[in-house]
Amino acid sequence: MISKNYIKINNLSKSFGDVEVLKNINLEIEEGEFFSLLGPSGCGKTTLLRILAGFEFPSEGDVYFDNVDVTSVPPNLRPSNMVFQNYAIFPHINVQKNIEFGLRKENLTKEEMKQRVLNALKMVQLEGYENRYSNQLSGGQRQRIALARALVKQPKVLLLDEPLGALDKKLREEMQIELRNLQKSLGITFIFVTHDQEEAMTMSDRIAVMDHGNILQVSPPKEIYNRPKNKFVSQFIGNINILDTEINSSSSDNLNLEVEGFGSVSLKNNYNFNKTTKVYSAIRPEELLISKDDVLNNKYQSSGIIKNISFYGESTYFYVQLSNSEKVLMVSNNDQKNSFQEKEKCFVSFDPENLKLIED
Amino acid sequence: MYNKNNTLFIYCIFYFAFLYIPVLLLPIFSFNDSFHMVFPLKGFTFDWYIQMWNKSRLHQALFNSIKVGIIASVVSTFIALFAAKAFTRYKVKFHGLSYGAILLPFIIPEIIIAVAFIVIWTSMGLQLGLIPVTISHILFCTPFCMLILISRMEGFDKSLEEASMDLGENSFWTFWRVTFPLLLPGIIASLLLAFVISFDEFILAFFLSSSDQTLPIYMWSQLRFPKKFPHILALGAIIIIVTSIIVMLAYWLRNLGQGKKKDFSIGI
Repeated sequence: MISKNYIKINNLSKSFGDVEVLKNINLEIEEGEFFSLLGPSGCGKTTLLRILAGFEFPSEGDVYFDNVDVTSVPPNLRPSNMVFQNYAIFPHINVQKNIEFGLRKENLTKEEMKQRVLNALKMVQLEGYENRYSNQLSGGQRQRIALARALVKQPKVLLLDEPLGALDKKLREEMQIELRNLQKSLGITFIFVTHDQEEAMTMSDRIAVMDHGNILQVSPPKEIYNRPKNKFVSQFIGNINILDTEINSSSSDNLNLEVEGFGSVSLKNNYNFNKTTKVYSAIRPEELLISKDDVLNNKYQSSGIIKNISFYGESTYFYVQLSNSEKVLMVSNNDQKNSFQEKEKCFVSFDPENLKLIED
Repeated sequence: MYNKNNTLFIYCIFYFAFLYIPVLLLPIFSFNDSFHMVFPLKGFTFDWYIQMWNKSRLHQALFNSIKVGIIASVVSTFIALFAAKAFTRYKVKFHGLSYGAILLPFIIPEIIIAVAFIVIWTSMGLQLGLIPVTISHILFCTPFCMLILISRMEGFDKSLEEASMDLGENSFWTFWRVTFPLLLPGIIASLLLAFVISFDEFILAFFLSSSDQTLPIYMWSQLRFPKKFPHILALGAIIIIVTSIIVMLAYWLRNLGQGKKKDFSIGI
């Protein structure tokens, strides 16, 4: 399949009164992509989705669907459908009628209509629920009906506004896999809004991390995790240790750094930073090694004292107070036989390959 | 467990007695075989009901009241529906001020409205009669209808309308396929309540009706004749029962589908 950019957003801004909720957004989303908008509440992700659906209109900028300018096209004339956060199942009509709702203009015979509804219900595994009403369905079932109601229209783009937010953890995890499979088999573009980084990581082809109306990074999940661009992205996705860092010298091959708590570190220069850029070193808890003995072989290490130990089943988190810095590092270790004690002295080391340089 | 408070219970008894005993006297004496409203009761009779029903002026007054009531309730519900939509869905300029202005007839004494209305109406050289009564009733009923419909609208999830738009319907069809059916219990409640208010209304009708009597004016005019007094009791008893039923129905409808246990799929 040749992927092409189906949705294009150019220089889009949106203000409500004096509050600018989206600031100069540029984004391209490919056909058949599972794309997530991820960010804390109030970051503008829902507003961006509502602009794509046509419920809000941008203050500036344009939106293109398949090279057609849809910036001022109302929602009923767009080739997109939405799954609402609270599902918005019509309470006065049954499931059958809910799913048929969007098919009025297609001039289908009764038989064709029935078949379409049945196929949609099969897709979400709720055959036999035709005569139920919204209040006779569980949260998870409502969510599936909302999905069926949108998909029966055979949209080019499905917009999902935190559809899993109201479900319990186990059901949410099941639905994540199901949604992902559905998206793959239908091959349509899904744009998924969520504040849950785990959800975005497990489902998406690409993620746009948003904060305060800006898109900070658009990358596949692995890249977001391993090469976060700045402090906010690195801290929003998973746990990370951030260390003050200064660039002592840089050549085209090498960067010589002064890292808080660890002293001088030299890295391959994969970055475009110059000496004056304010940077931080970031390292994930699982990329730090904790040991009782001084094992200085080519690794950078620092000594410290274990302040706290939290046991999470598959791994244990140690909070280590470094002896030559104020910093408390978070170190994870999945050796179940470890015998570390709180208040014990230890050494923390890392492989410089794992050190990520990030902007403020 | 909390202590049962007897004082409070006795207070409740007195409260309900105070409220309802005078009202209950009407039906009781309407079956009493005597012209005078005094105990002890004499005998049981349906005569007053039969005699009351045989007055042709009563029929005319009843017909007038029903006509005014229907027009007033339909028009004021219609106005209130759009006002409620505007106040709950759009950012209205001077929101508080215009909201207050529409609810003002609630607070202004009816007699002031009546006097103001009669001055304007007659100075325009127009005839008094059922038309000004109907118009003033619309004015008077609209705030009640608005309060009912606004509370219904507020309990109504805006994303349902958005979902309809998203599924391809324009705002006209969205109104008929989603908004209207969901508001229907509220609309019916508003119609019933406005009808009852108009049907009971005395002061405006008294000032503006001229010779076209509505039912309350007819009743009032009959009080001058002691021999006809039992007819009024009989008529009053019927009105109490019918309006109570209508108001209860309106209240039940207003809450239909909004309670947790109540089911939208049954009922309407």
